[in-house]
Amino acid sequence: MILSVQGITVRYGKRLVLDALSLPDLGPGLTVLAGPNAAGKSTLLRAIANLAAHSGSVMLDGVDLGRQPPAQRAATLGFMPQALPSGSSLIVLESVIAALRASGEAPRADAAALAVLERLGIEALAFRRLDQLSGGQRQMVGLAQALVRNPRVLLLDEPTSALDLAYQTRLLTELRRQADAGRIVIAVLHDLSLAAQWADRIAVIADGRLHSTGTPADVLTRDMLARVYRVDARVETCGRGRTVILVDAEYRGG
Amino acid sequence: MTALDRYRNLGRRRAFLVAALALAALAALLLDILTGPASLPLADTLAALLGQEVPRGTQVIVWQVRLPVAVMALLVGAALALAGAEMQTVLENPLAEPFTLGVSSAAALGAALAIVLGVTVPFLPPTWGVSANAFLLALGALALLQMLGRLRGGGPEMLILFGIALNFTAAALLSLLQFIASADALQQLVFWTMGSLAATRWEGALMIALILVACTPFAIRAAWRLTALRMGEEQARSFGVDTRSLRRWALVRVSLLAAGAVSMVGVIGFVGLAGPHIARMLVGEDHRFFLPASLLTGAVVLSLASTASKLVVPGVLLPIGLVTSLIGLPIFFALILGGRTR
Repeated sequence: MILSVQGITVRYGKRLVLDALSLPDLGPGLTVLAGPNAAGKSTLLRAIANLAAHSGSVMLDGVDLGRQPPAQRAATLGFMPQALPSGSSLIVLESVIAALRASGEAPRADAAALAVLERLGIEALAFRRLDQLSGGQRQMVGLAQALVRNPRVLLLDEPTSALDLAYQTRLLTELRRQADAGRIVIAVLHDLSLAAQWADRIAVIADGRLHSTGTPADVLTRDMLARVYRVDARVETCGRGRTVILVDAEYRGG
Repeated sequence: MTALDRYRNLGRRRAFLVAALALAALAALLLDILTGPASLPLADTLAALLGQEVPRGTQVIVWQVRLPVAVMALLVGAALALAGAEMQTVLENPLAEPFTLGVSSAAALGAALAIVLGVTVPFLPPTWGVSANAFLLALGALALLQMLGRLRGGGPEMLILFGIALNFTAAALLSLLQFIASADALQQLVFWTMGSLAATRWEGALMIALILVACTPFAIRAAWRLTALRMGEEQARSFGVDTRSLRRWALVRVSLLAAGAVSMVGVIGFVGLAGPHIARMLVGEDHRFFLPASLLTGAVVLSLASTASKLVVPGVLLPIGLVTSLIGLPIFFALILGGRTR
């Protein structure tokens, strides 16, 4: 299974957000989109999910996903937003069922939705209202909604931004499981140490273009952090061979 | 009990609540028919309803006066609340109701064109002039809104902004017509804008019934997609919902329901806002239950308002639009405040 993302251009009014950005062909595995604020990571993710107006092509095994009817595309692509709206009084379980049923009939949708909640360890939230959950709990529900259709490609926009350490680990373990099961998982992450620990590949986006891509070890360098993030940082290896990034100061060089 | 059993029980409980609302609507209809300035004996009224032999006067009062008014109240309440429910969901705004977007102002403008200037649709019987104008302008306002909205992507904020602009424009034109109207025409227009069931005819009730029969199945069919939209535009799209088409068709249904209702009985606010809110408190936001519950709550509310409009000042039939606002709003606030503190 190959996802090809080619020549994606997105404009917000006159502002060019993504400039003919192409990614190397992506196979199964966990790819992290990294980069500074306003680099275009989330926009790229939303363009791949066909949620942002764009030019360029997103093909899965030669099929242009942008030309597929929405329901068919939704069966292939799962999208987890950074935050679910806080104003809905739907209960968690029916919100996950709606994620399945919105695009058509789904036999035993209630059992499937409950199974995903159980797998993510949030079945205790099943009968809680969305507007009574914390931001982190809502984010986990967003993950359940993305997973419930069992999509081949999973797109996640800053999935850990509201999560505590335990939930972060639970979410990333699930993403790892999905990637190991042969799915293409693409997540926007700000925490580069997490990216180094969990990702198979990192693509660094800067100013609407692809800056660099490769394994975490290839990409996470002092030089990249200075050029792209404008920080003086050390990339060190600690116990169990894990990479950690220690930022010392803002970069003052040229 | 497993979580699945619990979820299915929840569904059964909501279905039961919807059925209870249907019974309440029937009871409210009956109560509305049984009340009125002519103090008919209860037994005679029921006998007339059941088609049994009763004095001719009773027969006429029940079948020609009370029944059309009561049925119209029920249907208009249902239509406005269903329109409000769909509108709140597709505009992602709990304050939305048919009148927020200028439907009532446009309808009132249409009515004013007929009453003040005598401009009506050609070839229609004169008795339909006001209603036909109101219907066409209300429908026209929403069509214009859709067109304007589409220019800017059709998002909810844009639609609400254009709707408010339309509302003010129609209201300003209405004021202009009021300014130049004769004293008679002005009185007639003011009465119309207060909302009244007094002039109800069976044909009018039939028209609202047909609109409801045409719109409701499509609304129910869209229930899961509308439920998904409660998690936001992007999320619904990622679930495979064509949100633009969903919104467009929902607004077509809202247009028909609201324009139909307002053209027949004038401006009745509150029901389109309160019906869905009460329904949401009762059955939640799963639109398979929320939509029918809204429709039935609207029917109950307006039916009770119709009864109250005959009882508040004995011997006087108050405009129903006034009654819904004066009696309904305090009850509605109490419900909301009660709900918040629980």
